[in-house]
Amino acid sequence: MSEKIIKLMVCSGKNCSRKQGDDITDALKLELEAVSLENKVQVVRTACFGLCNAGPVVKVWPEGTIYTGVSPDDAAEIVNEHILKGRKVERLLYTDPATGKKIPDEKSLTSLKKQLRIVLRNCGITDPENVEDAIAHGAYLALAKVLTEMQPEDAIKIIKDSGLRGRGGGGFPTGLKWEIARKNQSDEKYVVCNADEGDPGAFMDRSVLEGDPHAVLEAMAICGYCIGSSNGLIYIRAEYPLAVQRLKIAITQAREYGLLGKNIIGTGFDFDIEIRYGAGAFVCGEETALIHSMEGLRGEPTVKPPYPAQSGFRGKPTNVNNVETFACVSPIILKGADWFSSIGTQKSKGTKVFALAGKVNNVGLIEVPMGTTLREVIFEIGGGLPKDKKFKAVQTGGPSGGCLTEKHLDTPIDFDNLVAAGSMMGSGGMIVMDEVDCMVAVAKYYLDFTVEESCGKCAPCRIGNKRLHELLEHISKGHGTRADLDRLRNMSVVIKDTSLCGLGQSSPNPVLSTLDNFMDEYIAHVDAKKCPAGKCRDLMQYLIVKENCVGCTACARVCPVNAISGERKEPHLINQSVCIKCGACYEKCKFDAIIIQ
Amino acid sequence: MKTLKSTDELVKLREDILSGKRPSDNSYPAPGRVRIRVHMGTSGIASGALDVYNFLVTELEKRNISGTVIRTGDMGYSFAEPTIEVTRAGEEPVVFGNVDTFRADEIIEKFIKNGELTDGIIPANFRTITI
Amino acid sequence: METVKLTIDNKTVEVPKGTTVSKAARMLGIDIPLLCHMELHDLGIENKPAGCRICVVEVEGRRNLAPSCVTTCEEGMVVKTHTTRVLNARRTVMEFILSDHPKDCLICPKSGHCELQDMAKRLGIREIPGQEIAAMSTYRKDTSPSIIRDLDKCIMCRRCEMMCNEVQTVGALSAINRGFMSAVAPAFEQNLEYSPCTYCGQCVAVCPTGALTEVNHTPDVLRALADPSKTVVVQTAPAVRAALGEEFGLEPGTLVTGKMVAALRALGFDYVFDTDFAADLTIMEEGTELLDRLKRHLSGDKTARLPILTSCCPGWVNFFEYYYPDLKDVPSTAKSPQQMFGAVAKSYFAGKKGINRKDMVVVSVMPCLAKKYECQRGEFSVDGNPDVDYSISTRELAAFIKQANIDFNNLPEEEFDNPLGESTGAGVIFGTTGGVIEAAVRTAYELYTGKKLERLDFTELRGFEGVRSATVDFDGLKLNIGIAHGLGNARKLLDDVKSGKSQFHAIEIMACPGGCIGGGGQPLHHGKSEILKARAAAIYREDKNKPLRKSHENPFIIELYKEYLGEPNSEKAHHLLHTHYFERKKKIFVKP
Repeated sequence: MSEKIIKLMVCSGKNCSRKQGDDITDALKLELEAVSLENKVQVVRTACFGLCNAGPVVKVWPEGTIYTGVSPDDAAEIVNEHILKGRKVERLLYTDPATGKKIPDEKSLTSLKKQLRIVLRNCGITDPENVEDAIAHGAYLALAKVLTEMQPEDAIKIIKDSGLRGRGGGGFPTGLKWEIARKNQSDEKYVVCNADEGDPGAFMDRSVLEGDPHAVLEAMAICGYCIGSSNGLIYIRAEYPLAVQRLKIAITQAREYGLLGKNIIGTGFDFDIEIRYGAGAFVCGEETALIHSMEGLRGEPTVKPPYPAQSGFRGKPTNVNNVETFACVSPIILKGADWFSSIGTQKSKGTKVFALAGKVNNVGLIEVPMGTTLREVIFEIGGGLPKDKKFKAVQTGGPSGGCLTEKHLDTPIDFDNLVAAGSMMGSGGMIVMDEVDCMVAVAKYYLDFTVEESCGKCAPCRIGNKRLHELLEHISKGHGTRADLDRLRNMSVVIKDTSLCGLGQSSPNPVLSTLDNFMDEYIAHVDAKKCPAGKCRDLMQYLIVKENCVGCTACARVCPVNAISGERKEPHLINQSVCIKCGACYEKCKFDAIIIQ
Repeated sequence: MKTLKSTDELVKLREDILSGKRPSDNSYPAPGRVRIRVHMGTSGIASGALDVYNFLVTELEKRNISGTVIRTGDMGYSFAEPTIEVTRAGEEPVVFGNVDTFRADEIIEKFIKNGELTDGIIPANFRTITI
Repeated sequence: METVKLTIDNKTVEVPKGTTVSKAARMLGIDIPLLCHMELHDLGIENKPAGCRICVVEVEGRRNLAPSCVTTCEEGMVVKTHTTRVLNARRTVMEFILSDHPKDCLICPKSGHCELQDMAKRLGIREIPGQEIAAMSTYRKDTSPSIIRDLDKCIMCRRCEMMCNEVQTVGALSAINRGFMSAVAPAFEQNLEYSPCTYCGQCVAVCPTGALTEVNHTPDVLRALADPSKTVVVQTAPAVRAALGEEFGLEPGTLVTGKMVAALRALGFDYVFDTDFAADLTIMEEGTELLDRLKRHLSGDKTARLPILTSCCPGWVNFFEYYYPDLKDVPSTAKSPQQMFGAVAKSYFAGKKGINRKDMVVVSVMPCLAKKYECQRGEFSVDGNPDVDYSISTRELAAFIKQANIDFNNLPEEEFDNPLGESTGAGVIFGTTGGVIEAAVRTAYELYTGKKLERLDFTELRGFEGVRSATVDFDGLKLNIGIAHGLGNARKLLDDVKSGKSQFHAIEIMACPGGCIGGGGQPLHHGKSEILKARAAAIYREDKNKPLRKSHENPFIIELYKEYLGEPNSEKAHHLLHTHYFERKKKIFVKP
């Protein structure tokens, strides 16, 4: 087969909200056939270019011209002008609104792309098991710069000025944290990297450690220099074997190259890193619990103060930062505080990695500047919801966060806005829910998690969350009353108000935010004893619509409890007293004859 | 490799790799060569990236294609794992999603050998920083 | 001292820096309820996990309510302790705690002494919303020779854990499981018997609920009393008389020796004797052993190891048998007073009265739970018949007296029976920390120097400091004495002995903080260390009022040696009054 000279790449993510890709592809193919070029020019469909504002996009490859706002009607012009005559279709080039100039290629268009990778800059690019490859991609340059050109105070000032805030959930200013740790005098201090990623669905820390471990090692060494510590500890969950393996290799190689250990690159600064394993307790992401766990004690939080910066690991000043936070450090040092603080919103600088999950097409990790809206994240980067289902809510911040709705979609995402909207940043989990998700069940799901993960130290979290869960269960079974809803709210408020650590102080958030935003669903559960989403098993029925049933018997054959009866070619019937609501018949029926009520 | 003893040595090492003085599998491919990055974080491996990696390593050799296959972390495209990035000399990298050994075979035959694209390419939909 | 000024409920107070909000509030007469928090101030013991969240208050400018038990006062702080928000939170949290607590208060062994019950009453809880759908966390009950653990009643105050680990350094109890199912238990949820537990009972002494209680032996005693074929003899430990009155509403520190004797007689005991007699006997044996070892040591005998350690305390014996088995030849071989009493009662006294040992039942009333275990040890029995049959605690005796319709407070004072009821002041002070060694010094001095001791009150040996030391001049010989109470403090001295650094000739150790007056079987102190101080003062008062204050002057002790034992440390004495120690190995655990 002869090589096709030109390719036309058409953005046509099957689920793209703009959804013209297939039509454009067909039109282009028709036009090419019309001029007998179908063997010379190839038309391929690609996933999203991230240029949704200018979409749909057609890219001519390999030369790189980008046509924006293309419709199927433009196919003839592209083929006739560009392919045949080699003239660019000016009309379809993107016009820079600032200058009014036409932009011909993708490079200048990248500013339109919603995602910006700072933390994930090397993920998927560098070989994580090769320190030279990391060095080729810029690792340890920031460390070298700090060690040779800066006083610790200077470096701390850069971090402070950059506006970097902790990515682990709380959003505490990182530079300030370092400064406090520096000011506390002690013979020994510790730098701890919190890699105990526990939010369900969040895996950005794992990805960074697996893809770019040296970024974290380098930043820890920088932090060590800044606060006056030679001891680094990475607290990582043992469920991350690949991350652990790559970290170990990275640490060994960094030591071999003199980038860790004694006298780092001849500067006289000593810093080494050890790995400590967590046994997979969510609460050990809380820094005091994490420190206890590292000391070999029960992973329980203690009251702050004293803060770890005053008395942490082995009673020494300890600075704890999350993986993602550390991954931001080197670029800030190299590119400067101004560069970093130019990205993001007024109080939240830089980018944030989110783990998109749930009812969204492009599940995965994304990194966007602070201030990007939920709508952009879900409907553009995420490609919208599958099966054209209606968006209902997005849960951010993991089990500590809340559910945000349609009305929050245009809220710019940052630490403070999310809290104001009744949720939180957390570690960056983002779970999208559609119309068939029951919010009572969602709240119950998260409570299930916090009940499981509570350490049991304080009464409100230990018992209160269990009671919340029981009451939600009660409601989802159709036994709830309006008074129960008041009780649900009161218990939630008290648990938040009185719990010892962040886990309990935020665990009722899913309940409170669903009560705030989806009261009607709760009321349907307690008043009408109905689950509007059809998710609560005790409140729903599978019914056969006589008119649609053709009597194929497929449902009856698949029913595990023989609840369906009926003659061949006659409408069937479900015996509700036998039905266990497994949904097998619903899945099996090809005639839409079975409905959920 | 000996221990780096100064910033200059670090910078020089980096420059040597970037300029090609010091060979690296992960450098931009020289003419006639191809570079394949297999995204092998936990997500990739769980979706079968190891099979793809092994397939590519053996098939490249069998089919006399000169190039390198590198294991990296994930790109974050969980919806399309496993993903691989293929760079032909003189061209920009192309990322393919949902790659299994069957698709890998197709990619070798169509793209690597002939430069022909296939459906299911994931364009770089993000900006990034370089250091 | 640096101070800070703050406002609590619109009242201003100035307190030393570092004071907690709850203490500052108390200075203003504001009594913030505390549940998990417990402090024995004079002993430096404090439990402050901030886990129950009952004591929360509103602090202006803080997002959440703050636990007043650990929140330290800051300059200009504005605190509110009874706003609607606080009261609602406190009530709701209390409802949470009660929702996971059995409601069998009527038949709970802690009924009437339960701090949770008191708190529910104080907060006026009348219902527990949602109780009908509330699951309870339930656990397997565990009964050991001394202690019953019923974790269904555990509220996770962690006091027991703190006592067991921080104060006693025994390490038998720690938190297990997560979340709703978390509780305090030995490792791997095994039984106490499979743990390093010494049965000191300090966990029981601080437990606010019925989760930790003593094994009740009063039914066995009742059965013995009802059996006409049995002669039932009772002995009462020195610390009991200084605390028993508290159970009948008397002021802490009230001595009730005479009423106690009367009550025991009223209960039907055939002979009411005193463990203090056996304490005097212990001094004869232990003091002689000390002098013997000392003399041999001074003459260069390498086999004579010093220091000599006291061995009256069964919790302490269990402790070193587990943690320091290599030092088991260091403590005195003298049995504890309880066991000396049993051995003498069932041999000398039974013989004197012509009673078959099998027809005699010896009951001890002890401030201690480890004594229940001690009297069951195999080496303290003859042909399967134990020297002491049953040991009951001060609390059990009080309950027994109440059940027998005895109006304790109006009883006439009565005297102990003889011969085993006579004691000196030296025997009495066995009940408090420093007492055993003081008693030993009084006798050893006179035996060693042959001179009369002029000053009987060795105040330098008294007090509540965890580790104390003093040098006593034995007519030119400087005797270095160490004292520790609380096993954590004992561990410090023992580590020195082990490493050869110890300069002491004799060391007294009592397992419980404060000594026997703070024992695990005593009326509950509920975190008031002044109660322990009052009991100690009562003990010294009793000593002071005794006509005889040196063990070797006890006429019945002199008679016992003359008639039966011969000399202290004689072969017969050794056979009856001395013991040996075993290494208590870690038991392999099979989950029941």
